[in-house]
Amino acid sequence: MQDEPTPEELTKAVADFLRNDIAPLLSGHNAFKLRVAINALDLVTRQLRLEEGSDAAEAARLSQLLGQQGSLAELNRALADRIARGEADLQTLGLSEHLWQTTMDKLAVDQPNYGSYKRELGTK
Amino acid sequence: MQEALGRCVASWCPGATGVANAARLSGGASQETWSFDIVHPDGVIGAILRRAPQGHGASPRAVGLDIESVLMQRAFDAGVPSPRVLHVLQPGDELGTGFMMARVEGETIPRKILRDAEFAEARPKLARQIGGILAGIHGLDLAQLPKLRAMTAAKEIGELERDYRSFEWPRPVLELALRWLRDHDPGPSEQMTLVHGDFRHGNLIIGPDGVRAVLDWELAHAGDPMEDLGWVCVNSWRFGEIDKPVGGFGTREELFAGYQAAGRRVDPDRVKFWEVMGTLRWGVMCCGMMRHFRIGPEHSIERAMIGRRSSETEIDLLRLLAPRGK
Repeated sequence: MQDEPTPEELTKAVADFLRNDIAPLLSGHNAFKLRVAINALDLVTRQLRLEEGSDAAEAARLSQLLGQQGSLAELNRALADRIARGEADLQTLGLSEHLWQTTMDKLAVDQPNYGSYKRELGTK
Repeated sequence: MQEALGRCVASWCPGATGVANAARLSGGASQETWSFDIVHPDGVIGAILRRAPQGHGASPRAVGLDIESVLMQRAFDAGVPSPRVLHVLQPGDELGTGFMMARVEGETIPRKILRDAEFAEARPKLARQIGGILAGIHGLDLAQLPKLRAMTAAKEIGELERDYRSFEWPRPVLELALRWLRDHDPGPSEQMTLVHGDFRHGNLIIGPDGVRAVLDWELAHAGDPMEDLGWVCVNSWRFGEIDKPVGGFGTREELFAGYQAAGRRVDPDRVKFWEVMGTLRWGVMCCGMMRHFRIGPEHSIERAMIGRRSSETEIDLLRLLAPRGK
């Protein structure tokens, strides 16, 4: 077992330092690049917080949907293949709900400020 | 660079005494954009150079800068808001391949165009105006243009699928979209026209008076004109204004009205089809950026982070193909 602080606490501390102390010192292209870098660290922080829970739920849904076990990558590959072959589509029981939940969980990490995501959070 | 620009300008611009304020604006590994001023007794001429330095090939889908300059000039001649082409680079210029055009003042940054007070009067008019501009582009006679790659929906789906498969990363939502596109392919279009191919924010210079110039003909081809109307409606170009499908500033009805007022016909079902295609296309392009980050040639954090935007197109595809009950 690794000791504290957690990776999430560390990435957040670095991002906050860059945002609060370094960003005001830069301008022009370097300021832009730093903003992108801070966004990347914020994304990693969100992923460290959310990934474990959303991956477990996604794997459980996929196993149920496909009737098979496997790693998350294997299960996603199997679902992608079935959709490509026309063996699974939006009429398949549970498929639409699964894709929606999985996509919402991705957006929660990737781009929680994206307009479509904020709209769908509100209308769930 | 400024010296090379000066030598080149002297060869085609009588009276020019030099070049000032040369500055590189942007561009990736294969293309560069430079801004500079031509010093002339009659007054300074603002200019832009688009070039591919020697030894860099363009992507297979790109028409090449020589053809871009021809298309831009023809569009200008036909009354489409465009920069005037000033000079096409010659081998003796020693600047690579490319062309120089007049610099058009204005804004290309979407968030400014959608939010700044300066553009408040232009915004409600833009969708209709864009309809008219697209009609002008689609009205150019293909037979009078350089030979362009001919595209159909089926070919486009095939290319997107090939690109997507090459990433070897399963994405069930993109599979669903590919399948939907194959099942809903409306077949070859009755009309084959010039298609701009990348008509969206970033490639339009906008001022308080409206659209001033259409840029970047890199992805131009011959195809279904409804493709351009669908692409400009893709949610990725609405920048948060998700209820205004045309670039975050207008409605489809306004876009269609402007297009029809210029004497061309709209097929709304085809536009919807191309909007789905465009959403998938941007998603696949985002995955491609990730690959540029990982295996080169551009190992930048920006590229990496654009890779993480492909999920935005997945939620937009679900909103289009599997909307949830409200």
